[in-house]
Amino acid sequence: MHRREFLNILAIAAASGAALSSRDLWAADRATAFYDLPKFGNVHLLHMTDCHAQLKPIYFREPSVNLGFGGALNKAPHLVGEHLLKAFGVRRGTREAHAFTFLDFEAAAKTYGKVGGFAHLATLVKQLKASRPGALLLDGGDTWQGSATALWTKGQDMVDACLALGVDIMTGHWEFTQGAARVKEIVEKDFSGKIEFLANNVKTTDFEDLVFKPYTLRQMNGVPVAIIGQAFPYTPIANPRYFTPDWSFGIREEDMQKTVDEARSKGAKVVALLSHNGMDVDLKLASRIRGIDAILGGHTHDGVPGAIPVKNPGGTTLVTNAGSNGKFLGVLDFDVKNGQIADFRYKLMPVFSRLLAADSAMDALITKVRAPFEAKLNEPLARTDAMLYRRGNFNGSFDQLILDALMESKNCEIAFSPGFRWGTSLLSGQAITREHVMDQTATTYSHTTVSELTGGTIKTVLEDVADNLFNPDPYYQQGGDMVRVGGLQYTIDPLAAQGKRISDIRLGGQLIEAGKTYKVAGWAPVSEAARDTAAAGKSEPVWDVVETWLKSKKRITARRLNTPKILNGGGNQGMA
Amino acid sequence: MNLQRRTTLKTGASFALIAAAVSAGVLPTSAFAQWNKNAFDAKTLNDVVKAMGGTTAEKSGDIAITAPDIAENGAVVPIAVASKLANVESIAILVEKNPNALAASFDILAGTEANVGTRVKMGQSSNVHAIVKAGGKYYVATKEVKVTLGGCGG
Repeated sequence: MHRREFLNILAIAAASGAALSSRDLWAADRATAFYDLPKFGNVHLLHMTDCHAQLKPIYFREPSVNLGFGGALNKAPHLVGEHLLKAFGVRRGTREAHAFTFLDFEAAAKTYGKVGGFAHLATLVKQLKASRPGALLLDGGDTWQGSATALWTKGQDMVDACLALGVDIMTGHWEFTQGAARVKEIVEKDFSGKIEFLANNVKTTDFEDLVFKPYTLRQMNGVPVAIIGQAFPYTPIANPRYFTPDWSFGIREEDMQKTVDEARSKGAKVVALLSHNGMDVDLKLASRIRGIDAILGGHTHDGVPGAIPVKNPGGTTLVTNAGSNGKFLGVLDFDVKNGQIADFRYKLMPVFSRLLAADSAMDALITKVRAPFEAKLNEPLARTDAMLYRRGNFNGSFDQLILDALMESKNCEIAFSPGFRWGTSLLSGQAITREHVMDQTATTYSHTTVSELTGGTIKTVLEDVADNLFNPDPYYQQGGDMVRVGGLQYTIDPLAAQGKRISDIRLGGQLIEAGKTYKVAGWAPVSEAARDTAAAGKSEPVWDVVETWLKSKKRITARRLNTPKILNGGGNQGMA
Repeated sequence: MNLQRRTTLKTGASFALIAAAVSAGVLPTSAFAQWNKNAFDAKTLNDVVKAMGGTTAEKSGDIAITAPDIAENGAVVPIAVASKLANVESIAILVEKNPNALAASFDILAGTEANVGTRVKMGQSSNVHAIVKAGGKYYVATKEVKVTLGGCGG
């Protein structure tokens, strides 16, 4: 360990008030042994999810607000900071604590460096596949979207990287925003015979025929293992329906039970669900479906250190969630004896790019893919004084930047920005490059909009999104965060009934009026009308608006976060 | 995707299929002669039950409603109802918050499987009720279907 790193650890530990022991320091010094995970059992599933096309190492700050209520109150994944560390026995001031929480984020990020990156992930995957013969690498989706290069190559950079990484099975969500034809092209051509794209819940809208293979049965070290795929159930609602007009999604519990039963009847001794439901939906599903041994989940970007056991009429189902942005790789080992699971081990391994040497073949592939775009990607647009991040139930600082840019550029007093959970983080003092802006905005429908909305409509929008986040029944949640709001102040009571959560909506201190019209800027509209406006050249993409604004400012001062007043949040361990 | 089924429908056999469906009693009676105007004008669950000739409907666990938790398109929400009750005579589908609650009513002839499906239009989130008349009595099951503005996901 370098002396600088040692001093930084001391500084972090001191800042966080944690007691330093020689054991901590010794552990930190054994950084190279960080990835030694002894093989266990005979069935091995490696799980990555929601990398959002981040091929290169990045910073990613975990949320400080991730509220859960009702059955989800003060339980994983609705634990942040110290609460999460305590629940999973992780010591503050350690490398793991940095990976799983926002605590001391900037100082720790400087100490431990960036996370993720496919070249580093490839090294870890190789190491684990070597120690675990037969292991399958599962990709939970949200892989072909989230970066400039994924957008500009129509996902091809990620398709090639996943083939090189050795992904065996995947399911999807943002993949579908590449359009049905493109998804089919990749699945039927690029992936043919190499990666199986599974979805038990995607059917044609006319006859309800399956669009993709629902599950696959593999032999692993003499054990028949079934993997079922579950795509994001609300894709045509959360994203534009025009990308997949002939496909219907949904949770489809009945179909899931039938598929599990079929896999069991064909001899599967281990049944795992590769899910893009989101963790709250997975936890409910696990309590109702019999016969699934583990749900390897994503979508909600929850870096949960442990597997959560959920009881159901058929036994117990383990539920995991493997975070986002290439930051983690989940390792689930089952020991199957005489056709029964005797025991298991689960570890969510953070991918620290400084600890894992870049795999040279993957590194070369990434360099080649980026070469035509490198200059464009690296162009600095401005410098940020303060840390920029997105993730959290309410406005993150990068969202605030986008809202501020929209309001100023479009001359609007109010702006909305979607509650996406992807988007990387920047440390204070960093240059904001074009690539960073694209990391926050790169979708296939990132047009800007300026709308005249009545106060009544504004309230309806806020209520609608709040219900997608806080409906007490997870099956009615969509897994995004609250819409980011610029200009308006409001109060939210997550425990109130649908349509009654939002109150005291003010603009410049004045209550908004239901019948009065307000000018609202936004981006990423889901309607076909908005698409047609953009196609007619009447609407610019949001990255252009942000870029122009950044260049005009040159230096970005710390943003003032416009977060709502939250009622009934006291004692909630999903809030720092 | 079942191409054969699609082709079958495209090649003119569709008339025969629809005719068969009508005679089997699985198409909404609303499409044909027996129009129960009072039932289709009713605004609430109880009014519909009354217009259908009953008094109240008893909750039943033997009725399964298959519908999305969140509608993908409020203009065409697929709703299916299956009943395990004995001697089913009719199945009605109600959308509580629609201007006219009753969306469809199906007569189930003896020997027909009590399993029907249709698509309904929904302007807002609402409870969807399935009323099953069986052995002269009325039974009901309920499921909430949410209709949202969309966007802003994950």
